Amino acid sequence: MQSLTPERRKELELKANDVRQGIIRSLLSAGSGHSAGSLDMADIFTALYGAVLRHDPARPDWPDRDRLLLSCGHIAPVRYAAMANFGYFPVEELLTLRKFGSRLQGHPERVKLPALESTSGPLGEGLAQGVGMALAAKLDQKDYRVYVITSDAEHQCGLHWEAMMTAGKFKLDNLTCIIDRNFIQIDGSTEDVMPLEPLAEKYRSFNWEVLECDGHDMASILDACERAKHTTGKPQVIVAKTIPGKGVSYMEGDYTWHGKPPNQQQADEALRELSAARERILAHV
Amino acid sequence: MSSTDVMDRAAREMHLLDYRNGAELKQLPTRNGFGEGLIEAGNRNENVLAICADLAESTRMEGFKKAHPAQYLEIGVAEQMLVAMAGGLASTGKVPWIASYAMFNPGRSWEQVRTIMALNETNVKIAGAHAGVSVGPDGATHQAIEDIAIMRVIPHMMVVVPCDSVQTKKATLALSETFGPAYLRFAREKSPIVTTEETPFEIGKAQTFRDGDDVAIVACGILVANALIAADELAREGINCRVVNNHTVKPMDAPAITAAARECGAIVTVEEHQVHAGMGSRVAEILAESHPVPIEFVGVRDQFGQSGEPTELIEHYGMGTEAIKAAARRAFKRKVAG
Ligand SMILES: Cc1ncc(C[n+]2csc(CCOP(=O)(O)OP(=O)(O)O)c2C)c(N)n1
Ligand SMILES: [Mg+2]
Repeated sequence: MQSLTPERRKELELKANDVRQGIIRSLLSAGSGHSAGSLDMADIFTALYGAVLRHDPARPDWPDRDRLLLSCGHIAPVRYAAMANFGYFPVEELLTLRKFGSRLQGHPERVKLPALESTSGPLGEGLAQGVGMALAAKLDQKDYRVYVITSDAEHQCGLHWEAMMTAGKFKLDNLTCIIDRNFIQIDGSTEDVMPLEPLAEKYRSFNWEVLECDGHDMASILDACERAKHTTGKPQVIVAKTIPGKGVSYMEGDYTWHGKPPNQQQADEALRELSAARERILAHV
Repeated sequence: MSSTDVMDRAAREMHLLDYRNGAELKQLPTRNGFGEGLIEAGNRNENVLAICADLAESTRMEGFKKAHPAQYLEIGVAEQMLVAMAGGLASTGKVPWIASYAMFNPGRSWEQVRTIMALNETNVKIAGAHAGVSVGPDGATHQAIEDIAIMRVIPHMMVVVPCDSVQTKKATLALSETFGPAYLRFAREKSPIVTTEETPFEIGKAQTFRDGDDVAIVACGILVANALIAADELAREGINCRVVNNHTVKPMDAPAITAAARECGAIVTVEEHQVHAGMGSRVAEILAESHPVPIEFVGVRDQFGQSGEPTELIEHYGMGTEAIKAAARRAFKRKVAG
């Protein structure tokens, strides 16, 4: 496994902090949208764009790029903030989120912003499309990889299980599914609404390689992605343990932040906390 | 009180609130009426169940969950499961109401609706929340504007689109007490209340909300209020519009539609839906067979929605009062040109 140097780690953590600030600013500007899941996937999106994906912001149509699909489209703010911070479009454009005429639709629309790879929002449809893209790579003898970000509650959708079965059948080792395992959904805890555990066992029995990571630790995320890349003959799932609302103390662990934005005062507070966190990252040697 | 201060016969008969001359109308989301009606239906009949797919608050099933916890079931993000499981529950005489956003139920669950609810004739009731572009910033993926089409095409389905939150409560109760597969469509945003407790409601019976014989504006859902306001303004231009609240898309009140065409000679249909295959298309089907007259369709024209504020989107897609007025003028002109 390649090891993460302290400098590289610091760089990625600072980026993730920028992404979180972008999420807060865009949600405040929009006046609606999904805070908890967006914030908790900031580290993973940063790791992917910063150190895992083969991609080129100047060439979103590069045929050999790795594909990154966001299945749970409601956390679009994290993807938009990550894309902006990695050069896909100007950071200021984040303030157009959810507004009339914006490319940054409330839920991702590929036709408006092609680098999104697909359109999502209706849950449970991403992995199946990822299976199609991974199969296309095999048919075309291409070596690009396909990454699909899913939420935990999407595992209540039947189509997701059809996709899991299909990926197992075709031994799609170029396909990695990353689960935002934050244990929340709209009506409460996933384990109260519709229990998902033991989730890892379910993937294993569908012939997947099961990996886990701490979704807020760069080294852990990158290590899991590296292992996934080196798996042969099987699709891989990374169960990422995340804390909803991560980085903003008053949101952390609270499912009621699933689908609402901060107000001005709450956003100010969040940005203060994130700036302080940034100072701590910089001070760390 | 001068005579113009008195509302017309139709409005008085329907016990409407005075919407004329730019009156401020109280606004509430139609989904609130569903929530209230559902609790009341549960009070009246313990066989009434509510089943939700991870959207209790948004769909307003939350109140029922509190009032009748033993009659409430939560199944997570599984809309096909909603329909199929409700079909099973209904087999012993239960009356399951199943709720999600209209985009996902009946959007995702269409074939289950057709086979399990309609072909199998089960007493399952779908509550389709957040219908229309007025969902707003969530964008096209969440704006159901094809749902009336896919429901009305299925044999035996009842399809009801009430005009305000007061009427949505009545429709919820009426559907709970009428056997058969049904789809109730309502919206997220608050919208003007024009009806009162005294306003009658009967499934399948269109309501004349305003008298007039130059053009008939046939509307459903939250745009009925826009239709009334447009008619009020058109009266000052000398065009007297009848306004029909056509809340039941299926089975549609064909005699009322034909009478409106015969007596007014021109029709405008208004719905927050694709003009193709929606409520207005059904009106056209009826009139093509019974009494053809010029028809203008107000609705979304073969486009997807997008993010924006609700009123901004209603205007953008040509469903505001000005668009309705323009359509009525066109219909009137075509009629006069004969
Ligand atoms: C098919 C479908 N049904 C319902 C919804 C409405 N909805 C949006 S997010 C969500 C579940 C939220 O839980 P999760 O996916 O785990 O996301 P998190 O709250 O963790 O961000 C639901 C039911 C949807 N988008 N798609
Ligand atoms: Mg979750």
